[in-house]
Amino acid sequence: MGCSAFSKKNMKTKILLPFTIVSFLFIFFILYVGLNRSNIYIPETVTNEKIPTFKVKVFNSEKELTSKEIFENDIYYLLNIWASWCIPCRDEHPYLMQLKKNKKLEIVGLNYKDKVKNANNFLNELNNPYTLILSDTDGTIAIEWGAYGVPETFLIHNGKIIKKIIGPMNNNLFKEIERAVK
Amino acid sequence: MKILNLLVIIVFFFNFNVSNAKDRNLNSKITKNLRCLICQGQSIYDSDTEFANSLKLVVEKKIIEGMSENEIYEFLKTKYGEWILYDPALNQKTYILWLLPLLLFLIGGAIIFKNLKIKKN
Repeated sequence: MGCSAFSKKNMKTKILLPFTIVSFLFIFFILYVGLNRSNIYIPETVTNEKIPTFKVKVFNSEKELTSKEIFENDIYYLLNIWASWCIPCRDEHPYLMQLKKNKKLEIVGLNYKDKVKNANNFLNELNNPYTLILSDTDGTIAIEWGAYGVPETFLIHNGKIIKKIIGPMNNNLFKEIERAVK
Repeated sequence: MKILNLLVIIVFFFNFNVSNAKDRNLNSKITKNLRCLICQGQSIYDSDTEFANSLKLVVEKKIIEGMSENEIYEFLKTKYGEWILYDPALNQKTYILWLLPLLLFLIGGAIIFKNLKIKKN
C-alpha cells in the first residue's frame, strides 16, 4: 500500500515537471510573440464600400451639398481631410499639388475643425489643390467616412471607396494613386 | 390663470428633462462601450480627443434620429470594424475569446471532481 502511494507520488512529480516546463515555454512563446506585435489597431485600408450619404456645407459659404451631388461624375475623386493646424498635412501638400495636374482626377477637400481665416492662409501660402472644399466644423462628417484623424485620403470611383490612406501621403502611396487613375 | 400657466411650464420643463436624461444615459452607456482609436485603451466616454468628441456628437445625433443602441453599434462597426466595440460579438474571429474561459472552467471542474472522487475512495 505504502509502496504504491509512493510510486503514485513519484509518477505525479514525473508528469508535473515536464508539464510545468511545457506550459512555461508555451506562455513565454506567446508573450514573446506578443511583444513584437504592434497593438495599435488600424482600420482596413483596402475597401470596396459605398461612399456614405450625408449633407455638408461648402467651405466659406452657406451652400449645402449632398454626397451624391459631389461625387456624381464618372471620374476618379480624391477626398482629402485636412486642417491648417495639422502639420503632416503640410508634408503631403506637394503630392496633392502634383495630383491636381491629373485630368482624370478631381480633388475634394474636407476642412476638418478649422477656422476659415486659418484655412485660407494655409491655402494662400501653399496653393489650393482642391476643386471643391467642404467644411466639417464639428468632425461629424469625417466620422461618416470612417476617419479618425487628419490627414486621411479616400480614392473614390463609381460611388465606391477604392482606397483609404490613413495619415499623410508618401511617395509610394502617391505612385499607387497615379497607377490606379489611368 | 397665472398659476395655470406656471403649472404648464413646470410640467413641460419636467417632461423635457426626463426625456433628455434618458437620452443622456443611453449616450453614456453607448460611448462607454466604444474604444477611442486615438488613445487606444480608453473609451470614447473617457477620452477628450477631437475624434472622441466628434463621435460623442454623432452618437447623440443618431439617438435623436431614433436609432437604437444596436443600430448605432452596427453603424460604427461598418465604419471602423469590430474593434471599436469593447463588447465584441461571438463570431469566427472571437470564438476562442468567448469559449476558452468556459473550456478552462470545465477542465478545472473535471480535475477537482476527479481528485475529490479519488480522495473519497
